[in-house]
Amino acid sequence: MTETFISWGMDPDWAWGVATVAGILLIALPLMLSVAMIIYADRKIWAAMALRRGPNVVGPFGLLQSFADGLKVFLQETIIPSGANRGLFLIAPIITFTVALMAWAVIPFNSGAILADINVGLLYILAISSLGVYGVILSGWASNSKYPFFSAMRASAQMISYEVSIGFILIGVVLFADSFNMNEIVKAQQGHGLGIVNAFGFNLLLFPLAVMFLISSLAETARAPFDLTEAESELVAGYQTEYSSMSFALFWLGEYANVLLMCSLNAILFWGGWLPPLDWAPLYAVPGIIWLFAKILFFFFVFSWVKATVPRYRYDQLMRLGWKVFLPISLLWIFLISGYLMLTRYS
Amino acid sequence: MIQLFAFYLFATVVIASAAMVIFARNPVHSVMWLILAFFNAAGLMLLAGAEFIAMLLVIVYVGAVAVLFLFVVMMLDIDFAELRAGFVRYLPLGALVAIILAAELVFAVGAWSAGGIDLASRAAPVVSDKSNIQQIGELLYTRYIFLFEAAGIVLLVAMIGAIVLTHRHRGGVRIQNISAQNRRRPQDATRLVDPGVGQGMEL
Repeated sequence: MTETFISWGMDPDWAWGVATVAGILLIALPLMLSVAMIIYADRKIWAAMALRRGPNVVGPFGLLQSFADGLKVFLQETIIPSGANRGLFLIAPIITFTVALMAWAVIPFNSGAILADINVGLLYILAISSLGVYGVILSGWASNSKYPFFSAMRASAQMISYEVSIGFILIGVVLFADSFNMNEIVKAQQGHGLGIVNAFGFNLLLFPLAVMFLISSLAETARAPFDLTEAESELVAGYQTEYSSMSFALFWLGEYANVLLMCSLNAILFWGGWLPPLDWAPLYAVPGIIWLFAKILFFFFVFSWVKATVPRYRYDQLMRLGWKVFLPISLLWIFLISGYLMLTRYS
Repeated sequence: MIQLFAFYLFATVVIASAAMVIFARNPVHSVMWLILAFFNAAGLMLLAGAEFIAMLLVIVYVGAVAVLFLFVVMMLDIDFAELRAGFVRYLPLGALVAIILAAELVFAVGAWSAGGIDLASRAAPVVSDKSNIQQIGELLYTRYIFLFEAAGIVLLVAMIGAIVLTHRHRGGVRIQNISAQNRRRPQDATRLVDPGVGQGMEL
């Protein structure tokens, strides 16, 4: 995009700045819009699985429900508990929201459509997602209230535990793709399965990792069945109990932006990203971004499906799954994959 | 131009937030300032072209170590008055450490500008056309492979040591056996009995 601005007769430094800001807006604004629509979709899918109608009053088919909710929280009063630590109480939702947006910088939407095409793209995503835990811990602590604090403790232990296995799973993908660059990872999947399927997931060695990554991404975003941080039967509403109005809405938006990010990571790392599912020329006529969105929406449907059907884990079971099941298996899989690659690719 | 601006921004924030780690009254705030310092140090690494180190700094220090700091600090019940009481007592020791650190810094800068040791012959070769990760990987797994493995073994021993020290065996704890639970079928758990009238039932 920088070249376009330079060709319009702009100074290169300024062109770079303007192009970057435009790129950020081009990602962040549609992302916010899609978060609003995805919240509606989540509620509709959940309702359909419970044989209810879901939101159907505001706008046609209730499509504008999220905007009405947004307007409502915008007009509410921001209540800060008297015992709260004011500064951190207000910063916490901002951290959650900002971090949820930051990771999108390295998501490739098409072969050239990526804001920051950096060599360490996947590490950047790991780094940013490890920051997400601060919003939760700080909100829990700053609220100066028991239940949010319990929730914060749970959330931090949960996120750190699952980040470990996510890290190991990603190493498997990186070994196969031979790169940390997100675009290179997508390109490495072209014709990966038998020369026709564009996905790592169809590789027998990588399929177990894809399943584990899907489950870990549910845990990382604290979605059901791992939503112990906001288990309403035990913790009122978890870390966001004391929040109201816009500070609550920021948590809400950040949470769903994270869910979308995890869905797109599933699509990009294991299921071919912006590549069509089959390596067949006519399928490339459809723009890559549409394939990517279709995959993201599919994974979002899976997330909602799981939310509507699977009961909540107990906390010790959650920890057991992370440390005693996923961690050993993903560690073993790194040995398997590197051994396989040493035999086939590097011998 | 933008690099210069970014450098001064990051450097100023690193120093200011490092100072705030010490000056903040609330330990939780201290940890938050420390995190800000880590984050901006990662920014400085990025400017130096070491993007791999920058990302590792954020993942390891901000994402894991500082979270554990925060965890511990939040759980502690700290008496601020007592914390402040020993200021005069510890002042000489603190001043001594500060003087030693400052002197070492001066020495280091002096030795560096004097250019006494020819480091170029000992330092790792830099191949500029490869990415950061590949360069570090090639060095770690060829030239420094034994040091790297030794570091791994030290970490492993430390980990096992920590587990051995903190692990205590408690008797009489009922542990869930998930595979046994999953293997359980309705016929193992339930029994259909048809007691006659007035006979009662044996459990």
